[in-house]
Amino acid sequence: MTLVSFVRKNAFRNKRRSILTLLSIGFSLLLLTVMMTIWRAFYLSDGSAESAQRLIVRHKVSLAQFLPISYRERIRSIPGVKQVVNESWFGGQYKDDKPENFFAQFGTDPQELFLVMTDFHIPPDQLEAWQKDRAGCVADAELAAKHGWKIGDRIPIKGTIFPLNLELTLRGIYTAPQATETLYFNNTYMDEGYARIKGLVGFFGVLADSPTAVPQVAKDIDAAFRNTDRPTKSESEKAFNLDWIAMLGNVKAFILSICAAVVFATLLVSANTMAMSIRERTREVALLKTLGFTRGAVLGLFMSEAVTLAAVGGLLGAVGASGVIFLMSHAPGIGLMMGGVKPNVATVVVAVLVGATVGALSSFVPAYNASRGNIVDGLRHIG
Amino acid sequence: MAVPIQYNIRNLTLRKSATVMTSLGIALTVTTAIFIMALLAGLNAAFKGSGDPLNVLVLRKGATAELSAGGVDRDSLPIMKELPGVARDAQGQALVSGEDLLVVVLPRNDGTGETNVTVRFLTPTGIAMRPEVKLVAGRWFTPGQREIVVSKSIHSRFAQANIGDSMWIGKGPWNVVGIFDTGGSAHDSEIWGDINQLSSDFDRPTYNSALIRATDAVSADALKNRVSDDQRLKLNGMLETEYWAKQTSSGSPIKFVGTLVAIIMAIGSCFAAMNTMYAAVAYRSREIATLRVIGFSRSSILTSFVFESVLLSMLGAAVGIVLMLPFNGMTTGTNNPVTFSEAVFSLRMTPNVVISAVVFAIIMGLFGGIAPAWHAARREILVALRD
Repeated sequence: MTLVSFVRKNAFRNKRRSILTLLSIGFSLLLLTVMMTIWRAFYLSDGSAESAQRLIVRHKVSLAQFLPISYRERIRSIPGVKQVVNESWFGGQYKDDKPENFFAQFGTDPQELFLVMTDFHIPPDQLEAWQKDRAGCVADAELAAKHGWKIGDRIPIKGTIFPLNLELTLRGIYTAPQATETLYFNNTYMDEGYARIKGLVGFFGVLADSPTAVPQVAKDIDAAFRNTDRPTKSESEKAFNLDWIAMLGNVKAFILSICAAVVFATLLVSANTMAMSIRERTREVALLKTLGFTRGAVLGLFMSEAVTLAAVGGLLGAVGASGVIFLMSHAPGIGLMMGGVKPNVATVVVAVLVGATVGALSSFVPAYNASRGNIVDGLRHIG
Repeated sequence: MAVPIQYNIRNLTLRKSATVMTSLGIALTVTTAIFIMALLAGLNAAFKGSGDPLNVLVLRKGATAELSAGGVDRDSLPIMKELPGVARDAQGQALVSGEDLLVVVLPRNDGTGETNVTVRFLTPTGIAMRPEVKLVAGRWFTPGQREIVVSKSIHSRFAQANIGDSMWIGKGPWNVVGIFDTGGSAHDSEIWGDINQLSSDFDRPTYNSALIRATDAVSADALKNRVSDDQRLKLNGMLETEYWAKQTSSGSPIKFVGTLVAIIMAIGSCFAAMNTMYAAVAYRSREIATLRVIGFSRSSILTSFVFESVLLSMLGAAVGIVLMLPFNGMTTGTNNPVTFSEAVFSLRMTPNVVISAVVFAIIMGLFGGIAPAWHAARREILVALRD
């Protein structure tokens, strides 16, 4: 019998206990993986190459204040700016106010939207159809599938922020690297339907020449409008999205405290299991030592057992996590923010490593005590 | 006959390390659950406790929030003032207040970035219509001055929100001259300023909303319908309390994520408790058989072990509750999707939250204990004694 099979056999010899431990550790590490994945998507990933090249320009005071459409041409003339498109949040209701019927609607310019959103794809004939129809709209493929929309369908949107109801016709379906839950319609519809915001838009999406040009372009745009009565705030698309997440509350502290609680809980579970398992085998340990196994070898055997169990638990948890992440990114209310959250190999590796570390840490004390025990006492032990 | 409780307590104290580790694990789960529930309880209290049952909020037809564009024409205010059922102050002035809402970005003082805050513009009449709002420091703004008053929560959570500071709103700086306290209502997330000063800044032709105070609850209801039905107004009236209660939906992301986290942690803890209980049963196999020989029935053995598991989880619940006590009353904020700005509220460990946490722990204990207890009760006496 090799050492590896010795460890494997011992780790699973009490099947029920091993399975319960695996499940307990697995569920804890599942949560850890979910939290790490969210953290990574929110704070570490740079987003797609296209996204890194984009900026959002909004009113300095807040997103709820409008900017004049005339800013578009001035932004376009700033060096480093490749394309500009205006977007306005409509915030209307589709069908009713149930969260599952909520999605974003933006009034925009059909001629320019896809020039800025270079990572969105739409068949050219559908784009052309949209550009020709003032009351037309385009929707994200996943959103269209969710509501069962087909090209040519009527989509009525009731205005809640603006005193204007939209009667839209679906002209195209686009795909984005991440589900956006967004419908775009022609801004002229809003302009004509509600005179008070004619010539005003919510914000501008800007495509820069390159990702490295973004900070300078942001500075130049803000400088250009500093002394107007509607100053701007420009930031990268990533920073803009982070602002939204920050509004939910102290998300970082929330994730960190959950992670800490989970790791500590795993530690307790693993330590408990190993303490129980080692105590049952006091006589066996004495026997191993009689056979010539050194203290170090005994310590190593028990610790590898715990590491094996916890690492397998980590793997199970990481696999289960992708299911939970899928669930979260399709949940009403938060799905919009979870669009970019996807499981990846790095988080799985980290989960398994955390499991292994927890296994090693938790088993050290009981394994050390076992390895130090007196042989004669051990043999006499009644367990 | 039931197995004495003393037997379970002694067993838990005998196997100290297993008891401590399992109940601590449960305590962590309970802590998380209490945290989520206390957040939601605080948020609900902030919104459900807001508004006065005598106040009728008036918005443009179709608008769902005070922040909606377009709204209440200035000309419609005199019409509302003449409606029957409107309360009057000591000077005989009708209690009707035209109000505007703006959103400004303020930096948090804990350095975690900036967020949107709602600024409400109103007249002194509007302040008088909200008797729950009390000034705690400084003074109210003077009409015609660029002055604002901040809530206690805004004062403690944001930089630039002390008396003497100034904030850039619209076209210029506004001075902070006072701090008010609302006793935890939704106005706790607001800054208040003078509406006439704002109107001259922005040249706004309409108000966002109007607030009408009724003489009594019956006329409030009638007034609400009268405003909605009046053809001259094209407006929609609703009770202020109903309006705020709807905004509790702000808590839905917290609720969803929190419930998910609590359930996953609870499942993990159930398995851990099960593990401990199986070990307890295996360890006491001969003891259980002896109990059976003495005459304890299978059902009393089953009850005894389930009870021991519940005891273990209740110990965890107690530790969890104690761990969370220091956080009770802590103020925090989340995004209010209706106003796109921050809703400030505090964690509230209400009796309901504590009871739910204990029930939650007991359920974990039951689930963790039933299978091992069943196992213990079903064992053959002779086999167990021979072990």
